[in-house]
Amino acid sequence: MSAQTPGPRGPENPLDEALETADPAAEPGLVEELEQERAREREAALDETGDRWRDAFRHVVSGGWVVSVGAIVLAVLAGSIMIVLTDERVQETAGYFFARPADMLAAAGDAVGGAYSALFRGAVYNYQADTFAAGIRPLTQTLTNAAPLIAAGLGVALAFRAGLFNIGGQGQMLVAASAAGWIGFGVTGLPFPLHLLLALVAGVVAGGLWAGIAGLLKARTGAHEVIVTIMLNYVAFYLLSYLLATPGLLQAPGSANPKTPPMQESAVLPPLLGGQFPLHWGFVLSLLAVVLVWWLLNRSSIGFAFRAVGENPKAARVAGIDVPRTTVSVMLVAGALVGLAGVQQVLGTVTTGFSSDIDAGIGFDAITVALLGRSNPWGVLAAGALFGGFRAGGSAMQAAEGIPIEIVLVVQSLIVLFIAAPPLVRAIFRLPQPGTRRRPTPPVRSTATTTEGQA
Amino acid sequence: MTATTVGGAPASAPAAPRAVTTVTWKTVTVLGVVLALYALLLLLAPHDGTARFRLSTDRDLFVLPTLELPALATAWVCAAVALAVVGLAVARTLGGRRVPVWATALFAAALLLGFLAWAAAGSPRDLSVVGLLSGAVVLCVPIVYGALGGVIGERAGVVNIAIEGQLLAGAFTAAIVGSLTNSPWAGLLAAVLASSLVALVLGLFAITYKVNQVIVGVVLNVLVIGLTSFLYSQVLVPGAETLNTTTRFARIPIPFLERIPLVGPVLFNQTIVVYLMFVMVFVVWFALYRTRWGLRVRAVGEHPKAADTVGIDVARTRYRAVLVAGAVAGIGGAFYTVVSINQFNREMTAGAGFIALAAVIFGKWNPVRAALAGLLFGFATNLQNVLSVVGSPVPSQFMLMLPYVVTLLAVAGLVGRSRAPAADGVPYTKE
Repeated sequence: MSAQTPGPRGPENPLDEALETADPAAEPGLVEELEQERAREREAALDETGDRWRDAFRHVVSGGWVVSVGAIVLAVLAGSIMIVLTDERVQETAGYFFARPADMLAAAGDAVGGAYSALFRGAVYNYQADTFAAGIRPLTQTLTNAAPLIAAGLGVALAFRAGLFNIGGQGQMLVAASAAGWIGFGVTGLPFPLHLLLALVAGVVAGGLWAGIAGLLKARTGAHEVIVTIMLNYVAFYLLSYLLATPGLLQAPGSANPKTPPMQESAVLPPLLGGQFPLHWGFVLSLLAVVLVWWLLNRSSIGFAFRAVGENPKAARVAGIDVPRTTVSVMLVAGALVGLAGVQQVLGTVTTGFSSDIDAGIGFDAITVALLGRSNPWGVLAAGALFGGFRAGGSAMQAAEGIPIEIVLVVQSLIVLFIAAPPLVRAIFRLPQPGTRRRPTPPVRSTATTTEGQA
Repeated sequence: MTATTVGGAPASAPAAPRAVTTVTWKTVTVLGVVLALYALLLLLAPHDGTARFRLSTDRDLFVLPTLELPALATAWVCAAVALAVVGLAVARTLGGRRVPVWATALFAAALLLGFLAWAAAGSPRDLSVVGLLSGAVVLCVPIVYGALGGVIGERAGVVNIAIEGQLLAGAFTAAIVGSLTNSPWAGLLAAVLASSLVALVLGLFAITYKVNQVIVGVVLNVLVIGLTSFLYSQVLVPGAETLNTTTRFARIPIPFLERIPLVGPVLFNQTIVVYLMFVMVFVVWFALYRTRWGLRVRAVGEHPKAADTVGIDVARTRYRAVLVAGAVAGIGGAFYTVVSINQFNREMTAGAGFIALAAVIFGKWNPVRAALAGLLFGFATNLQNVLSVVGSPVPSQFMLMLPYVVTLLAVAGLVGRSRAPAADGVPYTKE
């Protein structure tokens, strides 16, 4: 996917490899294509010349993180405008704006300030709390929310890197949750770590297999993975609904509600920081998954095949990579990662039994997390933490200020949209665009720079 | 990943024609699996009795008799017909030829009739064929409009994942404007404008800023869902009476035609939006394949460089196509709030935009086929409604699952490797 940052790559550049193995006689166009691609990369790398300080400045302001900060600022501004426009007191005071403009401005300030301070109190640290433990609780809630977002985001990001678009997070989570939950409440007599491990593995495998269907159909029949994963979402949803509504399957015995019985103690992910905080070991699993995916993508030969297929399936095929097989294994791994998110929900966050909304929209949020994280494991970690904070803070904001939590969706999507279009953000903040050639330096300036360079 | 298996091309002689075979066993496999499942259903859950199909309504010119069929016999006869089709498919594939479309259609029709007979057997109520078909036509409306919009956009080379967002934006504005003005026409117009606005944002990011189009589409969906849900809670719920109570379009029965049995109530007693849908399918087809504009749109979607070379402004053509596509999808959005029901609800499109996207690919980027795919989907959805009235033995969740399973099977088995317009999703940079 193009979400990756361009730039000079290490020796394991798939282009070079493909170029070496490409047979000019068999596919005459391919070698040229690869050469051009490589030349383009070199050009991008050679774009820094001349003045060191100005280059440094340009690097800073045209770097990715300035755009990211700019995007967040813009999105938060847009959110503020929405809060102000729909605030009742602002509307009242706007009626006599020209008589006493200060009233309306104060009301607008109150509305925005109240909203964002509530968001902060709900997501990071509640400075109104009496004890430190109560104050820091929101942060642990943020991390609890972040754990499944990170795991599912990794699944989507991994598929992205292999050129596949996995919209099936919802279905994969539901299937994984059903499998893990079924083991979690149904199997009795196993001791603590074993039972948990069994449920964990069952869920992860189930999620992987469900996504594997999409990979298999794509590889064997060429069916578009976007359609297949969307359809599998619905199939999984109705399948789970059926299982939950049928006595003897997943439904709690003696109950008419479509809900499972609670998990057994021996299958629950233990709390990480003690019982007073919601954070559980699922977060550690997500961190491990981040490291695993990083290793897989950057240090393993399977990951190399994934990336090669994602960047250029033709070149990958020439290099001897079995593209259909890689497609299937990418989806298996991606589904397993999304499945981990489903398992965390069932065995960590909601242990009192679940219904068919156990995915809580994480499957779709994972797409935005992966996009914001630029399909990079560490980026996904950061993006997942940010979105986890938005989730935690959003509900606090809704409770305290009566602002619907959907505003969080707006802010999140705007952040991703702006980050995806750096030229737009730079144009709004009047930052220099990278890659644009500077005007030919006039002679007077050029002497100045040489002396400066000698000094 | 190419669509064909290439065999025996000597590298030293590029002039020699390459042997390309396109026949696979995929279709046969899928047909066989479906038939086996169907037979299994009949064997494991025999459901004998008489199935009664009501073909007429009270207002028809003449009354067709209610069709009474012995359920199990009908079901097995249909299975035999389907088996014959599978045999034909095997023979054709062995002979290196494709399975003809009519054979697949016959297979589907036979199994459908057999299944309906099995499901309706012994029910105290008649199965209304008119209700089944007219409901399908109504349910497919937003999907067909969305798919038409998707086809136009993708033909111009802009992938539109944001159909869902366009439908939702259309439904939302149609509700507000329709309620304020008390005119469904104003609501329809507002929906068209709102959906075009979403399309404009899509165009801005996808064409001008060359952002990955799939990313923009996904994010726009989230943005529209967030915006409409936020405004719904903050504005529409408090002011429901003035802002969220629309007047709906009335049905316009076409004199005489509406009284033809079976066809009349299904096709000629609908609202203007449904009639417009039939016209629109033809218009989009005509515009894409028979006008200069359409030729340019397709050129820009297949080979923008070539189009640029002959003097077509690629960016402008794409912008126009995306805006037109947004306008068409907007009509589908208006369907929800000025045709179907008279108010807006949070996330009321419920994934129809994604189904429309599936219909686009299922229909191989052709407006007529995409519309038929949408109709198929509407039919499968309505089948569940009708069967729940009759009291079918199948659990409702599986009937609800049916449209999606049908789409899966169709996409995997019958459509094959769908070939998108060559430059679909690729931003064009003028050199």
